[in-house]
Amino acid sequence: MQTDTKSKIDQTTAPSGTPVTVLRFEGDISSASKDAVIGSYQTLSKTTVKTVLLDFTKVEYINSSGIALVIQLLMEAANSGQKVLAFGLSAHFNKVFTMVGITKYAGLFPDQAAALATV
Amino acid sequence: MMTAARATTVEVRLPSRLGFEKVAMSTAAAVAKLMGFREERIDDLKTAIAEACINAIEHGNRLNEKLSVGVVLSAGEDALEIKVMDDGKGMKTLPSKPDIDRKMHGEEDARGMGMFLIQALVDEAEWVVGTNGKGSYVRLVIRLDKEEA
Repeated sequence: MQTDTKSKIDQTTAPSGTPVTVLRFEGDISSASKDAVIGSYQTLSKTTVKTVLLDFTKVEYINSSGIALVIQLLMEAANSGQKVLAFGLSAHFNKVFTMVGITKYAGLFPDQAAALATV
Repeated sequence: MMTAARATTVEVRLPSRLGFEKVAMSTAAAVAKLMGFREERIDDLKTAIAEACINAIEHGNRLNEKLSVGVVLSAGEDALEIKVMDDGKGMKTLPSKPDIDRKMHGEEDARGMGMFLIQALVDEAEWVVGTNGKGSYVRLVIRLDKEEA
């Protein structure tokens, strides 16, 4: 019954010239999404990837277990000295992420261009 | 408290399987839409009811698919009351507010935000312990704003 989460890894460059890795998620983010969220993040090189963007544009449902996976990703990124930004959340999930304090550790932006402009 | 007069009731029974909380979410959203709630409040309600159902499925019924989770939506004139019932013993003490710094430092489980979100997103949230250690429920109330009514 839980919808699978798909994830895709893209490479892009910020206007500043900094290389950025984008993790694009699609579907629900819930307790069943560990491989898609943590697994795909863990395939990234800790030495060469310094900035990670999380794309939630195609995510419609995130529950507290899914938010916990995002926090786990942020923890691993912080321990590796990586910067994480997120974009594409709906107004509601923007509010929920802010409520739980994620904004302290990951900037939230309306779209990819706005996020890249800060890198 | 919601107005008891003219309450319309909708009931849903869910299997204790993760993912089925979405059935309760869409049912609650449909009822709230009929009542005239704004989209923003419907989104709040959907997250709150999803978290209440997930708690009932995971902790109340311990993912036992022989048990079901009952969801009763009572639409009054000025508020929607939701009861989510399971066969668990209920919550005697509520968990403390999640602390993102403690979570980020591994001092607190990254999970455990469901009840906080429920309390933050609805107007009333009450956890009721069942008698004889069974039949516990959470009762949520979300009110129509004056401009919505």
